[in-house]
Amino acid sequence: MTTYTQKIREISKRLLQEGRVDMVIGFARGSVPMINQPAFATHSADADRFVWDGNCGINLANYVTGRQETIGIVAKGCDARNLAVHIVENKIRRDQLYIIGVPCMGMTDRHKLTAAVAGEIESVDEDESGKTVTVSGDGFSETFNRAEMLQENCMLCMHRNPVLFDEMIADPVPEQTDEDIDRYGAVRRVENMNPEEKWDYFDDLLSDCIRCYACRNACPLCYCPTCFVDESKPQWVGKSIDPADIRIFHFLRAYHCAGRCTDCGACVRSCPMGINVRALTKKLEKDCLEYFGWEAGLTTEQRPPLDTYKPDDPEQFIK
Amino acid sequence: MKNLLEHMGIDPGRLHFSWISSAESTKFVDVAKKVTEEAASLGSKEKKYMKTKPKVA
Repeated sequence: MTTYTQKIREISKRLLQEGRVDMVIGFARGSVPMINQPAFATHSADADRFVWDGNCGINLANYVTGRQETIGIVAKGCDARNLAVHIVENKIRRDQLYIIGVPCMGMTDRHKLTAAVAGEIESVDEDESGKTVTVSGDGFSETFNRAEMLQENCMLCMHRNPVLFDEMIADPVPEQTDEDIDRYGAVRRVENMNPEEKWDYFDDLLSDCIRCYACRNACPLCYCPTCFVDESKPQWVGKSIDPADIRIFHFLRAYHCAGRCTDCGACVRSCPMGINVRALTKKLEKDCLEYFGWEAGLTTEQRPPLDTYKPDDPEQFIK
Repeated sequence: MKNLLEHMGIDPGRLHFSWISSAESTKFVDVAKKVTEEAASLGSKEKKYMKTKPKVA
């Protein structure tokens, strides 16, 4: 992974020195292990803060919304797709962006790693080949197969290589196909339940929610100047942690992402309570694929399905 | 939207989508009757749709 880091720093410095961009957005080491933070470099010296490893799970497309400068941005597969969504939704212009594409082998799941060892993790190291990840802390050091410690959305990812880029930092990595993975297995399991079981499943899933809105803040799609949950005139949704209010919040938040969500996993990663918010968005992604043959963020040429009307749009549900 | 509501465990019989023009008052009445009847036939055990916690804790 150090070659990736070096290459990102090198390109960022070049872009800033040449004046090609006003700013480069990348990942920097966070203040605690396993959580990298976004970093903004406006001078070539700042680019030395940039790193690349398995903890770059946040989605950097979140930080370009409505910006006026020209921006160099480090983008893995999902970030690039979200940049494409931003471009289609007029949140940034393509010519403002210089996309530094990073072929990605998935991000490690900090919850999984934390659960796998007894003590507090103080450092995480990955070998250069990306096969193993070693976590160590006070009195222990354990090595795991990296592929088994990935976030669920990364395990099910079919677009590891950026679809949109100006420069790639390495050769593309092999993509997974429907033959290798079952993308919608978890969704189908819920689909096969009866209404009571579904209700209980989501009751249980959302029972820990503290309404902190970290999922919304981490999501690159959530860029409204005032979110519906923050509005009080009119107040669209109750602000309490009553199960009914929590459910409505999650339902509406997910629905706002329909046809736009790239399953980047930023929501799950940011959740302090470890709630798998993707259980909702993944269903919408599946429906979009089945009804409209649509996957978000693969092109800047086409409007998303919920944004357009076609005479043959499915409408069996209207009676 | 219907799919996601059903996915989250709302009984399909409680969901109804119709296109009714402002000129179709009779259709509106018919649909409203049908929907309430259908929902009523599913029973009123569904306390779960209501808030249970007091407004000020």
